[in-house]
Amino acid sequence: MKKFFSLGRLFLALVFFLMYLPIFYLIYYSFSSGSRMDGFKHFSLVHYQTLFADTRMISIVLNTLIIALLAALISTIIGTSGALAINRAKRSRRQLLVLNNILMVSPDVIIGASFLIFFTFLGVQLGFWSVLLSHIAFCIPIVVLMVLPQVRTMPRSLTDAAYDLGASRWQAFSQVTIPAIAPGIRAGFFMALTYSLDDFAVTFFVTGNGFSTLAVEIYSRARQGIDLEINALSTVMFLVSLVLVFIYSRFSVKGKGAAVK
Amino acid sequence: MTKHNFGRLFFTLPYYLWLLLFVIAPLVLIFYQSFLGLDGHLTVQNYLTYARSATYLKMTLNSVWYAFLITAITLMIAYPLAYLIAQLKRRDFWLALMILPTWINLLLKTYAFIGILSQSGPLNALTKALGLGSHQLLFTDAAFVIVAAYIELPFMVLPIYNAIVGIRPSLINASLDLGASRVQTFWRVIFPLTKGGVEAGIQAVFIPALSLFMITRLIGGNRVITLGTAIEEHFLTTQNWGLGSTIGVVLVVAMLIVMLLTDGANAVKKGGKRG
Amino acid sequence: MKKMIAATLALVAVIGGLIAWNHQLTAKQSAASSATKTLVIYNWGDYIDPSLITKFEKQTGYQVDYETFDSNEAMLTKLEQGGTRYDLVIPSEYTVQRLKKAGLLRRLDLSKIPNRKNLDSRLLNQAYDPGNRYSLPYFWGTLGIVYNDQLVKQPIKHWNQLWDKRYRNQVMLLDSARDMLAVALITQGQSVNSQKTSVLKRAEKKLQKLSPNVKAVVADEMKLYLEQGEAAIGVAYSGDAAEMMAANSHLHYVVPSEGSNIWYDSFVIPKAAKNVKAAYAFINFMLEPKNAAQNARYVGYATPNRVAKRYLSKKVTSNRAFYPNAKTMRHLQVYQDLPKRVNQTYNDLFLKFKMFVN
Repeated sequence: MKKFFSLGRLFLALVFFLMYLPIFYLIYYSFSSGSRMDGFKHFSLVHYQTLFADTRMISIVLNTLIIALLAALISTIIGTSGALAINRAKRSRRQLLVLNNILMVSPDVIIGASFLIFFTFLGVQLGFWSVLLSHIAFCIPIVVLMVLPQVRTMPRSLTDAAYDLGASRWQAFSQVTIPAIAPGIRAGFFMALTYSLDDFAVTFFVTGNGFSTLAVEIYSRARQGIDLEINALSTVMFLVSLVLVFIYSRFSVKGKGAAVK
Repeated sequence: MTKHNFGRLFFTLPYYLWLLLFVIAPLVLIFYQSFLGLDGHLTVQNYLTYARSATYLKMTLNSVWYAFLITAITLMIAYPLAYLIAQLKRRDFWLALMILPTWINLLLKTYAFIGILSQSGPLNALTKALGLGSHQLLFTDAAFVIVAAYIELPFMVLPIYNAIVGIRPSLINASLDLGASRVQTFWRVIFPLTKGGVEAGIQAVFIPALSLFMITRLIGGNRVITLGTAIEEHFLTTQNWGLGSTIGVVLVVAMLIVMLLTDGANAVKKGGKRG
Repeated sequence: MKKMIAATLALVAVIGGLIAWNHQLTAKQSAASSATKTLVIYNWGDYIDPSLITKFEKQTGYQVDYETFDSNEAMLTKLEQGGTRYDLVIPSEYTVQRLKKAGLLRRLDLSKIPNRKNLDSRLLNQAYDPGNRYSLPYFWGTLGIVYNDQLVKQPIKHWNQLWDKRYRNQVMLLDSARDMLAVALITQGQSVNSQKTSVLKRAEKKLQKLSPNVKAVVADEMKLYLEQGEAAIGVAYSGDAAEMMAANSHLHYVVPSEGSNIWYDSFVIPKAAKNVKAAYAFINFMLEPKNAAQNARYVGYATPNRVAKRYLSKKVTSNRAFYPNAKTMRHLQVYQDLPKRVNQTYNDLFLKFKMFVN
């Protein structure tokens, strides 16, 4: 028993080490005075200085974060309602789920190109709004996929009990359904955030009029070689998210954890 | 009653609108384009080209095989991982730590992998120090699958974790009290209750893995070519959107088959239980 | 639910804060953002010295929006579809031809660009744009071979040496149908713009014979690989080669004397441009010898600016690998934009080669 447990700990440590290996590798090089991720020269903060003086880059990062957070938020709301709708649909459930997953199987260029055709056909100005709409669009399926299993395993008796106790539909929804599927919603939000932050191809096609995101900037630098300013930027973003995650867990851990254990 | 339906409709309308505008409309467009030849006339030539070519046949098989491999490996790592994280005291914190690396740009992480796996990189330095000699790690199937699994892992962990956390401890305790061993409890109680999460994870990994590209070139050195790569090329390099769309349709069909298979297996089992 | 609403509100507040911050950052820009005051440049990422943009803004009072693309073809799609405005674009030569054919380019009024006189006349008036009616070169370069003198005993001089049995699993190729078939075509004495299917098929056969030597087929990341000594030999563009050599002194670049490809990235002004005046001003500014030299130092590619070379170090300008001698120059060929069907043949053949490379 005890042995199994320590084996488990070892496995956990190993997986986390591997997950963070490339991250630490690129953070390490952000302090190199060289210009590439090989052959560490000597310790230097020069890339951080370049980064903080680069207002264009900072503005691009802010754009990226605004788009990602908004897209994740809105797609989580729409996706959750979609998951509930799919669960309610009895006969057409499978068809709905297939339609839902189409954007996930389509490579980004196809999505990007067809969205571009769609937007220009409608005469939508390319820029912030077209990028936001597209990000919401390709984030929805992953939210549905994360929320759906939670909806399915939620016992029907739970909502029925709420009705029996005289709850209105809204009360049952907000006080029974939503708390029951909350972990799925949270997972959907974070995965949507991941999708949005990493998207290059779709954004490239539907952006314009001076609007750019970090992924577009990084990919278009590949021909010239991505310099370590990007590493410095990733380090800063990583540390900020780490602090946020820490604060978040401090707040959320109180009620839970101990009770289930 | 009608008022209720109204509220419900109001809630789900955005989702159906999304389906119509951003899924069905592009799908119709892609389907239409798949029948367009290079000269812009309607033709079934693209489908014939696809069906007759050994290149595309091999590519399709490759895509499915690698997607399967990647999914299987992520599942094997993700399940115990999710289970172990769920036992930890600050499990939400550890789960968040699991997701955090996905917020760093993928291209940059891939470049880091190139550095780590290269012959002059830390991994080979380690094997050399251990007297195992240096190895060609990049451009191998193994490297490609490992990096792909790395990227997809969080998408598998999350739904499984949620399913495990959702199990009421009283169920497990009851099973143990009734004399079931830990192993029995796992297979009879825990695993069946997490099947929904596993399915969601498989879909979240397998479906996108069918159309992986970029790392096929960066890590696989184009020794692995999937349908995603081919579509990429047809849309960008040759600007043959017709053939690109045709392969897109093939991907959608492949996804459909996979979903029917996983869903079908489910239906049988459910039926069995009831009977 | 309460928790979730609280989280949502917190999130909205954060987004609001970010929007405000971003607004503040770009406030001074948006003040000047009328169409006549801004210049929208569409270029490869990191393909210009940013301090030159600042200098141009100070000198002229224009506000520059710098947008980026990562491939000619993706950029082409954006220009064709419209929906957004670009005043100045920097495509490669075959894309210039394609844009021209599609009627997307504005004819240049050369009288508005007096600094064009600084350009090397040998690099003007090329087949992709006779008389430079639509484009002026920004940077240029060649296709060649990079090798590592620690891993390759004899210096490499010719394309055919890539097929040498000694280099088993040591050669890196570019993931570009056009470039790789060009290499095979040159070794067979054919034009890099061959259109005949039989000629192309023969070239692909030749390429297949190379496959035991092929380690990988890659793109921009080749720089990383060769710098780290992952492979001994690579087929690369001169611009990338310059960067690799700066990072690893064991690397050398050769343009085979029997012939190769010469490429140009050029300034063009799209028909849909709104601020043509600023575009002309920018081209002229960049062709000023001192600015061109500064930019060449930053980017590391060969400048077509004859006068600017005076401001560059002798070591760079006398390097035959980047500024080849007249004899090699005569054997260099420019890519022509090929008919779609031929382009497709190139790609199908190359895809087949990649598919069965092992």
